[in-house]
Amino acid sequence: MTDAPPATAPLVALKDIHKTFGAVSALRGVSIDVMPGETFALLGDNAAGKSTLMKVLTGVYQPDRGSIELDGKRTEFPTPSASRDQGVEMVYQDFALADNLDVRTNIFLGREPQKNILGPLLRIIDRKKMESETKRVLERLDIPINPRLKVKRLSGGQRQAVAIGRALAFDARLIIMDEPTANLSVAKVDKLIEVTQRLKDLGIAVIIITHRLDEAFAVADRFAVMRQGQVVGRFRVGEVSEAQVAHLISHGTLDDYVDTGSGIPEERRKIGSTSSMETVDALAVRGTTNGSDL
Amino acid sequence: MSITMDNLKTKLGPAELKEGLTATKVKRFIGDYGIIILFVVILVFLAAAAPNFLTLNNIVNVVRQSSIIGLIALGMTFIMITAGIDLSVGSVVGLAGMTFALLAPASGGAFWLPLIAGLGVGLLVGFLSAAMVVWGAILPFLATLATMAIARTAALVITDGQVVSGLSGPAEWLGSGFIGPVPVPVIIFLVAAIICEFVLSRTKFGSHVYAVGGNEESAKKVGISTSRVLFTVYLIGGVTAALGGLVLTARLDGAAPVAGTGYELQVIAAVVIGGTSLFGGVGTIRGTVIGVLLLGVVMNGMNLMGVSSYFQQGVQGVILVLAVLLNRWKSD
Ligand SMILES: Nc1ncnc2c1ncn2[C@@H]1O[C@H](COP(=O)(O)OP(=O)(O)OP(=O)(O)O)[C@@H](O)[C@H]1O
Ligand SMILES: [Mg+2]
Repeated sequence: MTDAPPATAPLVALKDIHKTFGAVSALRGVSIDVMPGETFALLGDNAAGKSTLMKVLTGVYQPDRGSIELDGKRTEFPTPSASRDQGVEMVYQDFALADNLDVRTNIFLGREPQKNILGPLLRIIDRKKMESETKRVLERLDIPINPRLKVKRLSGGQRQAVAIGRALAFDARLIIMDEPTANLSVAKVDKLIEVTQRLKDLGIAVIIITHRLDEAFAVADRFAVMRQGQVVGRFRVGEVSEAQVAHLISHGTLDDYVDTGSGIPEERRKIGSTSSMETVDALAVRGTTNGSDL
Repeated sequence: MSITMDNLKTKLGPAELKEGLTATKVKRFIGDYGIIILFVVILVFLAAAAPNFLTLNNIVNVVRQSSIIGLIALGMTFIMITAGIDLSVGSVVGLAGMTFALLAPASGGAFWLPLIAGLGVGLLVGFLSAAMVVWGAILPFLATLATMAIARTAALVITDGQVVSGLSGPAEWLGSGFIGPVPVPVIIFLVAAIICEFVLSRTKFGSHVYAVGGNEESAKKVGISTSRVLFTVYLIGGVTAALGGLVLTARLDGAAPVAGTGYELQVIAAVVIGGTSLFGGVGTIRGTVIGVLLLGVVMNGMNLMGVSSYFQQGVQGVILVLAVLLNRWKSD
């Protein structure tokens, strides 16, 4: 894959997002941006604010402060469907499937194509269209599944494919996956990496939320590390070692990191570190704007 | 329709393929068609054993008798597919029937007012149940246990426990009229069944009913308004139960405040026999119609053969258990 040309605007940019729940500050001025077609990993410990940030992006929560830009234009996602209408799709950790329904019905659940019978007053579900679209989408993912199979008969990996297929069926430009491997066996994780690669080939941007560094390193172009409601580091894969990121996740800084021979040049590591809990625009990523102007 | 042997193979998942195709096929077949086979066996048996069973008169009679439970069972099917239950239907029969009887003579032949008032009562009770289930987050079993008591009380209070009898002609027609050779209650039941079958199997709403019953959380996440779906099914349940009450009142040419007592159990049994799961997510209107007719035929046959009413309930119980066991082998 080639890098996104520097001139393009980010597909989405979250700017200086704040969100509090009662006494808990879940997000304290978070800025991230994702380029078109890019795979972006969001790392961080429990309660870092990753899911909350994604819920802001998918219209589940409204930020207390901050803004969202899509294609460089300011926008708002007052509801989940507003976000989906703009091509931002969420793949839930539990896949949000109904076991009792077949694959095609699950893919179109809540957004069933309809056709008129006896005029526009009487509308029925267009199952033919659902079936052909389902086939098309699963072929694009290179995971053929019989569209009429009940979801309860699918394996974990196939269920995930259906969940991702659901996003694809509606021309997603950005797919968010929250802990996508939590429900998968180790073997299936490889498949996920394949699917993510496939999405990238299709030009779809992906944000993947994870605890697992190996996963993030395997699939992502760039990643951000969150801790206690803030971004404490942004990197391009290859700029830092897994050990450094692990340190950053747990300490929020690389200042006290002791190199055990990871081979990352000294001066690079320095840029990625800071003495405070403030946002670090480590190695300011070429061609992307970030929250520093806010 | 249920699946055929040909496309069965494609419906099998990994677990079934391991288990052996033939055994699975047989199980699936029994699961899918067992109730229909049982129904046919019973019909053949009664045709041979019960005097007058196979007369047109008797067949019409069976369907007419089944149509009241059948109407109620239609709405119950929607509710049970969402993993709910409605215990209030028997009381709705009583209250709606009473409302109808009280207004039918007074309106002197004007048939629509009592009809609409009766159905409105059903909607009202359905709304109350739904409000408790959706807004109050009360289990459907408890919420409808409450509306069951409330509706029954209302039926008793408005007439001080008295029976109301003597309906206007048009009102009576609802229960004992004919269109051609077919009794009006049968027509009402069939039309309602066709509409319900259409809604459940073809429309977006029907699909959402299954989704809510299969996984309410998932349904919410994909943007389905689960509260709207739940409200609607309890309203449908209220209307179909009320319709059953109107037909019953018209048929008896009067209403007793205790009418419909215990219907909920018969209705739930019929719906379960028809393949609907108490756990939600599974069921069809065609199945329910078969369940209703099967129970109706069995009761009718036992009456014709002079089987003591003490035994009749037991036989119903046996059929219920059999149906539940068969449903475990369904292909879905
Ligand atoms: N709806 C809510 N009400 C109250 N507090 C909330 C709510 N949602 C999140 N929080 C709090 O916000 C903080 C961030 O939570 P969030 O779920 O975003 O973390 P996370 O990074 O996704 O963690 P995990 O890796 O465990 O999923 C936590 O302290 C959490 O308790
Ligand atoms: Mg989370």
